[in-house]
Amino acid sequence: MKYPVCREIEGNSPAFISLLVILGALIAAGLGAALYMEHEGHHVTGMNNQIVWGMPHVFAVFLIVAASGALNVASISSVFGKVVYKPLAPLSGLLALSLLVGGLVVLVLDLGHPDRLIVAMTNYNFKSIFAWNIFLYNGFIAVVAVYLWMLMERRMNTYAKAVGVVAFVWRLILTTGTGSIFGFLVARQFYDAAMMAPLFIVMSFSFGLAVFILVLFVSFWGSGRPMGDVIVDRMRALLSLFVITVLFFVAIFHLTNLYATEHHGIEAFILRDGGIYTFMFWVGYVFVGSVVPLLLLNFSGRARAEMVAVSAGLVIVGGLAMMYVIIIGGQAYPLVMFPGYEVVSEFSDGVVNAYQPSLPEFLLGIGGVAFALAIVAAAVKVLRFLPLSLADKDIDPHYRPEAVTADTAAPSEA
Amino acid sequence: MDKSDNNIDQYRRRFLERSTAIAAGGLLAPGVLLHAIANARPADEAVTGKVRWGMLIDSNKCKTGCNKCVQACETENGLKRTGRPDIDAQWIRKVTLKQKQTGHTTSLPMLCQHCAEPPCVDVCPTGASFKRADGIVLVDKHICIGCRYCMMACPYKARSFIHEDLSDQKAHAPRGKGTVESCTFCVHRVDKGESPACVSACDEGAMTFGDMNDPASEISQRLREVQSTEIRGDLGLNLGVRYQGI
Repeated sequence: MKYPVCREIEGNSPAFISLLVILGALIAAGLGAALYMEHEGHHVTGMNNQIVWGMPHVFAVFLIVAASGALNVASISSVFGKVVYKPLAPLSGLLALSLLVGGLVVLVLDLGHPDRLIVAMTNYNFKSIFAWNIFLYNGFIAVVAVYLWMLMERRMNTYAKAVGVVAFVWRLILTTGTGSIFGFLVARQFYDAAMMAPLFIVMSFSFGLAVFILVLFVSFWGSGRPMGDVIVDRMRALLSLFVITVLFFVAIFHLTNLYATEHHGIEAFILRDGGIYTFMFWVGYVFVGSVVPLLLLNFSGRARAEMVAVSAGLVIVGGLAMMYVIIIGGQAYPLVMFPGYEVVSEFSDGVVNAYQPSLPEFLLGIGGVAFALAIVAAAVKVLRFLPLSLADKDIDPHYRPEAVTADTAAPSEA
Repeated sequence: MDKSDNNIDQYRRRFLERSTAIAAGGLLAPGVLLHAIANARPADEAVTGKVRWGMLIDSNKCKTGCNKCVQACETENGLKRTGRPDIDAQWIRKVTLKQKQTGHTTSLPMLCQHCAEPPCVDVCPTGASFKRADGIVLVDKHICIGCRYCMMACPYKARSFIHEDLSDQKAHAPRGKGTVESCTFCVHRVDKGESPACVSACDEGAMTFGDMNDPASEISQRLREVQSTEIRGDLGLNLGVRYQGI
């Protein structure tokens, strides 16, 4: 097998320039929204004292979860030694970095005091899982940066496996940390579960791979580089496996809750009576984000890149829906302070908390996504992240030309 | 002795009893007051863990519809209603409870419970949420970055995020847009040896405030005598606010 060759994309086509312009406009809109929220105060958003985390957090947590998952492909190559994935490792690392940065930007710009970022970096309460996450995020950026160096500098390639193992372990811990932001919240019915950490890890596998697939395929189609069936089929099988795994974890999460009487209220709310949250769960996550992609990935005949891309897109939609259910749905359900009592007050006690996402929140979230993608677009233009070819003959160590042409051509002498 | 002599004796006795009681009260009351002032911590002395401030709320005495504690809090700390209850800062709120099975109704004020093991302090990334040695849970507005994780973590919905610009703040209760705040137990009053504004405003005597570490304090004595409850006691947070009658 040939050594994978990565090259910059030309990046002069009108389509590429238009992409940059659109991403730039979305980033500007996101920054404008953040400035508006910061200047006016959060009363211009849909968030309030009951739903304290809103749309920006849905996007931010999705991006951060997807970031660690985007590193999957590189890990499969470096840690588990699957050579087919080797040409994709640099893009995988790049996407992991850019998605994380995009998510963190959204998170920081939504703070009541984004101007106090330096305070957050200099004052630590080490019992706070949030504080640990600041280290986990910064550390991840550093580790993946070094990993990229090992991958892309041929003289350093021998260390790629060792650093790859560190990056792999780090991303598992990082997503454990992200899940535990919710898992450690003893107060709320929907959180407070150790299951949150592994659930977030499998979600990161699935959502991260979905984003990776879309970015990879679009880059290849856009740059006109060849992509063979082998890589498409690998992506198809892997995504399918991850989607099933998430479904399993989600099912166990809810079944465990359903067994315990104390959680019947919140489960009935999410699964049956929650309106938008029930819709987001069943239609958004289960149907659109899981069942349809699984059908497309497994029963639509021979793997076609377009079908895999559509499935990846649906998994992302489902992932955002799932984040909405977890983050907003979990807060919408009233806190149980007085079991056995009906509770009434002037301040939304005992009622489902209302939340109407506002435009600035959306723009901030979308701006973060655009920022992540802009980093990728700029990086693949100036650095050697994208392989020149993903054609079967270039990546598959078991490639045999006759196997492909056996039906139509006579066996060659060679 | 005839009957009238007997009566005169009784009058004399009663007169002596009452005048002694009044004299004793008159002499002792200032003493008690002075004792309280003397026991108040001098301003230049650090707060110690010898004191644990706490509150006992008797829901049997708390009247449905009465809002005096809430109004007193708002006046004392300069909280203003914005017309949007979902973003209003609320340090204390009245809650009405109705037993689903029996229909029995109870009214009580909810405020920061000043936990000994506060989840808000645990989760705060910068340490802006903190607990004083005397048990009062506060927010340092200078290092609060406005992440609202404490609001996610509080089991009592006791915290508010400031969503809008503020004006006419009270010097003793500084607040800030983009930061989180909650009941301070009127720390500025407590440090002067006074009770929180809500406690002073409650005519029904439903709220008792004091040092739970001092066995002689009224609150300690009452907590020993009556059955009291911690809300969500299952969390084991050892609350500074306890309820009687629920």
